[in-house]
Amino acid sequence: MKAMTLRYVPARLGAPALWLVPLALLLVAVPYVMAPYQTLLLSYGLVMAVAALGFNLLLGHTGLLSFGHAAFFGAAAYTAGFIVKYAGLTSMEAFLGGGMLSGAIIAALFGVISVGYTRIFFSILTLALSQVLWSLAFKFFWITGGTDGIRVPTPMLLGGVIPEPADKVVFLAHQYYYYVLVVFAVSTGLMWLMVNSPFGKSLAAIRDNEVRAEFVGVRVRVHRWIVFVVSGIFTGIAGALWAPLNGLATPDALYWPFSGEIVFMAVLGGLRSFAGPIVGAVVFNYLKTYAVGRTEYWQLLLGAVLIVLVLVMPEGILGTLARAARRVRGRN
Amino acid sequence: MDIVVVQLLNSLLYAAVLFLIAGGLSLVYGVMRIVNLAHGSLFALGAFVMAWLVGRLSVVLPPALLIGLLPVAAAAVALTGMVIEPTLLRPLYARAEEYQLLMTFGVLLVLEDVMRLIWGPTPLSASTLWGSFGSSTILGSQYPTYNLLVIGIGLLAAVVLWALIYRTRFGVIVRATSQDRRMASALGVNVSTVYVQAFAIGCLMAGLAGAVVVPIQGAVLGMGVDALVLSFVVVVIGGLGSLEGAAAGAFIVAIVRTLAISFFPELELAALYLIAAVVLITRPSGLFAHQ
Repeated sequence: MKAMTLRYVPARLGAPALWLVPLALLLVAVPYVMAPYQTLLLSYGLVMAVAALGFNLLLGHTGLLSFGHAAFFGAAAYTAGFIVKYAGLTSMEAFLGGGMLSGAIIAALFGVISVGYTRIFFSILTLALSQVLWSLAFKFFWITGGTDGIRVPTPMLLGGVIPEPADKVVFLAHQYYYYVLVVFAVSTGLMWLMVNSPFGKSLAAIRDNEVRAEFVGVRVRVHRWIVFVVSGIFTGIAGALWAPLNGLATPDALYWPFSGEIVFMAVLGGLRSFAGPIVGAVVFNYLKTYAVGRTEYWQLLLGAVLIVLVLVMPEGILGTLARAARRVRGRN
Repeated sequence: MDIVVVQLLNSLLYAAVLFLIAGGLSLVYGVMRIVNLAHGSLFALGAFVMAWLVGRLSVVLPPALLIGLLPVAAAAVALTGMVIEPTLLRPLYARAEEYQLLMTFGVLLVLEDVMRLIWGPTPLSASTLWGSFGSSTILGSQYPTYNLLVIGIGLLAAVVLWALIYRTRFGVIVRATSQDRRMASALGVNVSTVYVQAFAIGCLMAGLAGAVVVPIQGAVLGMGVDALVLSFVVVVIGGLGSLEGAAAGAFIVAIVRTLAISFFPELELAALYLIAAVVLITRPSGLFAHQ
């Protein structure tokens, strides 16, 4: 059996408060110091960070590479669209609930089929299954709007407790940014707790050696299925948050190259560290926005970055930084 | 009656093209244990090269001679593969397969845009070649002769490939490397060379598929990504790494798709995936898996 070379090393945060507190303050201050456009970009990054965290629960923590996470993301975005179109609700909490539910249901179904497989077969299966949803979104255009997608208007936050400005950009760059920030912080906190719980340790055991984990008494398939569902829920949250930001739920969010982008984000930040996917998602979002704005051939640019990344920086941004830090420390 | 014959021939045509694509994907996986996500883009590259060559040379050559461009386009794709494997894939064989998958995803992104850069966003057509063959009468039905030719090419490719893998010294070496890379290497097989050759043959098949398909349907951006996902269905049904499986899977997918399109077009793709899911649940490693 080929040993997995992915090892998740829990980040040893000497004093978390030392950098967590200033970081939080910085994030809170963003709408006041940065242009609305920049705040919006960061919102996109934080939303994708939740998806990438959910994705990395599977890859970095359990050792399963999914190439079908667009299914959960896109389904959640469509669910938000359906809630508006068919239930006439514009409550953000309904979007979130619907997104989590759709993510959980789809992941539960896909999981039953795919968690019996590992490695490349798992990747292909998740990819193929996600394409089913994509093809359905395309073919049932009278329900889903086909290529045009479904409109998702500005939602009502917390049942209208928060006063909402009429201007959409102002709303998205302030109220909605803070909403995203809170959901992001809660999701990250929950994920951290889970990864560092006994359940998280058993996942690491599965990733590092499936056979031994089974012998120790970990029910590998059940664990994998649970993780798959949890991962689907996190990605669903991200999809629900993304829908109002984007204003539309389109088939692109279900298409498998979008799954590839989620994988890209996790690898860019670093699979082995907890915060890697977060950093990767935010950086990727800036990178993509820059590339799309700069050139018509942004895929070429992103592909080249990915190729270089895989060849020379497989540990991602955080992994490479950590190694550099170790080297500096070793010299002293 | 006519419609049945035509639909059957359409299925065969589709199966021939699918076999070429999925067979290449499966061959590369069988030998190198790499699932090449850029495989569909290599198929599209074959289509674009063919369409471009036909467009350039249709003024000087008689239309029927343009058929000679098929191997040229396929060879161009094989050459591309011979550049990709040593430079981008070889450094990754010792690493976890996640990185191999990601690398081929990166290659996919690059290839898709390179094609857009070279040939622009408008579809290319090579229908002069298709038209020049006219149509023939088969069992009382009119059917385009070129399509029959493609079915023949698909069959021929299957036979040649089978002979190459099972009846030649090269085939023995490829199969040995595929079963145990280290042992083959210890016995004096130059594994690096085998890998380049296997990857080039896989690319050749993808390129040939693209080249034969373009006179019928034209070359459009995005055709590669669609083809990749379809060939995944084929190899999931047939068993990844098995050529017989690719052939059987291509037939099944082609027939199901033809039926689905005539009876319930909305569920065309879903029906395919459903079949793949059923196969996976009942025969987890595919109908023709080696292991």
